[in-house]
Amino acid sequence: MSLLKFTESGIYCEAGDFYIDPWRRVERAVITHAHSDHARWGMGHYLAHPTTGEVMKLRLGNDISLQTTAYHQTTFINGVKISLYPAGHIPGSSQIRVEHQGEVWVAAGDYKTHYDGVSEPFETVKCDGFITESTFGLPVYTWKSNQEILDEINAWWAGNADNNVTSVIFCYSLGKAQRILNGLQNLGPIFAHGAIINTNDALVNAGLAINTCHPITKEINPDLFKKAIVLAPPGAEGTPWMKRFKEVSTGIASGWMQLRGTRRRMNADRGFVMSDHADWPGLIEAVKNTGAEKIVVTHGYTDIFARYLTEKGWNAITEKTEFGTEEDQETEEAA
Amino acid sequence: MKAFTELFITLDQTTKTNAKIDALIRYFENSSDEDKLWCIALLSDKRPPRPLNTTILRTIAANEAGIDLWLFEETYHVVGDLSETISLLVEQKYSLQERPLSAWMQEIAALKKREEQERIDYIIHAWRGLDKESKFIFNKLIGGGFRMGVSGQIVIKALAKFSVIPAESIAHKLMGNWTPENITFQDLLLNENSKNNDAIPYPFYLAYPVEDLTELGNASDWIFERKWDGIRGQIIKRGDAVYVWSRGEDLVTDRFPEINQGFLKTRDFVLDGEILCHDQSSPLPFALLQTRIGRKNVGKSTLLKAPVKFIAYDLLELDGQDMRELPLIERKIKLTALLAELNHPNLIFSPILEFDNWQDAATIRAKAREEFCEGLMIKHKHSTYKVGRKRGEWWKWKLDALTIDAVMIYAMRGHGRRANLFTDFTFAVWQEDKLVPFTKAYSGLTDAEMKEVDAFVKKNTIDKFGPVRSVTPELVFEIAFEGIQKSSRHKSGIALRFPRIHRWRKDKPAHEANSLQDLLDLLHKYGSQ
Repeated sequence: MSLLKFTESGIYCEAGDFYIDPWRRVERAVITHAHSDHARWGMGHYLAHPTTGEVMKLRLGNDISLQTTAYHQTTFINGVKISLYPAGHIPGSSQIRVEHQGEVWVAAGDYKTHYDGVSEPFETVKCDGFITESTFGLPVYTWKSNQEILDEINAWWAGNADNNVTSVIFCYSLGKAQRILNGLQNLGPIFAHGAIINTNDALVNAGLAINTCHPITKEINPDLFKKAIVLAPPGAEGTPWMKRFKEVSTGIASGWMQLRGTRRRMNADRGFVMSDHADWPGLIEAVKNTGAEKIVVTHGYTDIFARYLTEKGWNAITEKTEFGTEEDQETEEAA
Repeated sequence: MKAFTELFITLDQTTKTNAKIDALIRYFENSSDEDKLWCIALLSDKRPPRPLNTTILRTIAANEAGIDLWLFEETYHVVGDLSETISLLVEQKYSLQERPLSAWMQEIAALKKREEQERIDYIIHAWRGLDKESKFIFNKLIGGGFRMGVSGQIVIKALAKFSVIPAESIAHKLMGNWTPENITFQDLLLNENSKNNDAIPYPFYLAYPVEDLTELGNASDWIFERKWDGIRGQIIKRGDAVYVWSRGEDLVTDRFPEINQGFLKTRDFVLDGEILCHDQSSPLPFALLQTRIGRKNVGKSTLLKAPVKFIAYDLLELDGQDMRELPLIERKIKLTALLAELNHPNLIFSPILEFDNWQDAATIRAKAREEFCEGLMIKHKHSTYKVGRKRGEWWKWKLDALTIDAVMIYAMRGHGRRANLFTDFTFAVWQEDKLVPFTKAYSGLTDAEMKEVDAFVKKNTIDKFGPVRSVTPELVFEIAFEGIQKSSRHKSGIALRFPRIHRWRKDKPAHEANSLQDLLDLLHKYGSQ
């Protein structure tokens, strides 16, 4: 591979001397999205979509050296042409298109092909080489439409509210939380953990429309929780923070909930199969549509997906990255 | 099947015992007697034989799913459950008419008489006609084990509540080798004398491990017995018939000719005791008994090499009278008298040990392994014979397991709750500078440790062989096991009994793990050669 190569620090463009989502400290980084395994602290300069930039300022500090670029705009770094296209993963998530001397590569970062109601929908970008994730690169992973999943969540909430049981749903604070918030019906009060409220504020600053929800404070009358739904990051599960809710039903929104074994391990009352990654048909569709000849499969079921692509006639290889993958799936922020 | 599928989903979604009992009662209230009977049978692990072996099942499933077999296999390794893998991969093409559980089960049971191609066609037709959840259940119905997260006790409690029959009585009625094809729900649970009651064993009284000896008071209030290392069993002699049952509720009469005859003109009785290999004077290692379990026709040489005796420790019935309410010491006296009367060469009375202090008891317990025993049983002198596992009057006081520190060298993904996590390991010990694998083990880690080891495996994979990964030999675990024996099938030359992970020795570097010589020393000391 010439234009982009995999190094110990990350995906490197030698011609432009920059990295995409580097995992070690480098001078110049182009960031696909603001999840912590892709947007890491300590880079000399960052280039990202404005929405991603807002969240990075919240998470990495206001003093980072940040340049932003909207989708479909062209920027040059050392003569290499860079443009961002929606990846459909979370708000602001971008595929990075890199062009130099007639060769075009796309690093898709994390992506999904289903529309989720908040993120800019995934766009196909034609290229010679495509770097794809494979978090859910197995044929058992196929997703329902966003609306079907939201209907399940709303029905669960309605049932709990009828019995004065608080619905607590665990979901990642960036992406999944907003996706759920924007899909909730008007069934009762909606509360969210501080980590989610802060992320919402950053996204609203970036111009996104997010349904309002209440922060949880000591002053709130506990009776209000009885018919409420509460959004919380997975880390809040089993902590003293949960004790304020008396009778609860817990739910988890994650692609891993597709498997019974993972569901049972989670100790939640309900598992909602909701993912911000492409499902198996989505991955294949995305690879096909790029028209790329060379496919690099990263983080996830890399060997299996690459073998599948190879047998179907693609020139597919695998590369190791340090993004959240199947390797630490259940703590992975983006799943 | 819809109602049964819903029952399964409800049971699967809760970990609370009462919620499970309620769900079962609701199912019993709303289903026909035939469905109830099949439901109880499935929960008691009574099922028709598999219509197809899993190799054929996987091949036709991959074909139906439209994917290559290798991809199906890889996916199965991750999902960790064949029924679930199929239900997620094979699409529904049409809708079969809803039929009750019993109708499905009768069809499945009838498959054994059909040609293989007919069986295949039947299964494919069902896959195409069922939705995801029902397909999963259907696969469980035609597959091997059907673990629904429901113990025998939960089924018994639910049935007792539903039928208003005491739980002890339900437990008794569910014993024996009935199948839904040879009995009705009414006859199984409600009608008296409707089945061959003579063959039915009593539910076994089971002991909990003792936790705190000081809570038991004076040692002199208790009777001690050796905890024999065989299989628990009952010998029933009623009229002209003799039945031998194992604790797994298998009728094993024909497998043990040593103890199923010689009672021609004797009184009627039911004995509780241990089936084990035993020469003229003393017990033989458990490994020998393994050559007898599961073997229906025993040849002369096996009978010579692995002779079986029955060590009787309780008398449950005598001359048709239920003895279970008598105090233990009285049952023991009657048992001794009966055994003397029978004078049977292969029935032995389990000697009673008495101690006036716990220290003496501990000294005897410590010698158990040399006597091929597992420890001591502690039974209150006045205990009645109860149903199932109960605290208070019977305790088992097992020897501490043997342990060895070993290095993890291979890992595989687990099944069920451990699906998609690397949790099934192969362990090795040192022979000079080489690691020799000697056992596999999986259970014993906490959820948090499982995740941590899983992450280690993924980051430290050296090589992949199908589903197995070799990993950097770095992590040390203490492996506990109950017994050790020589084995020509294993590279290490030894085989362990009940190996499991006792704890993760984070404090030990790999080079401090035990050696093969340490294992051979244990074999020499405790093992069967």
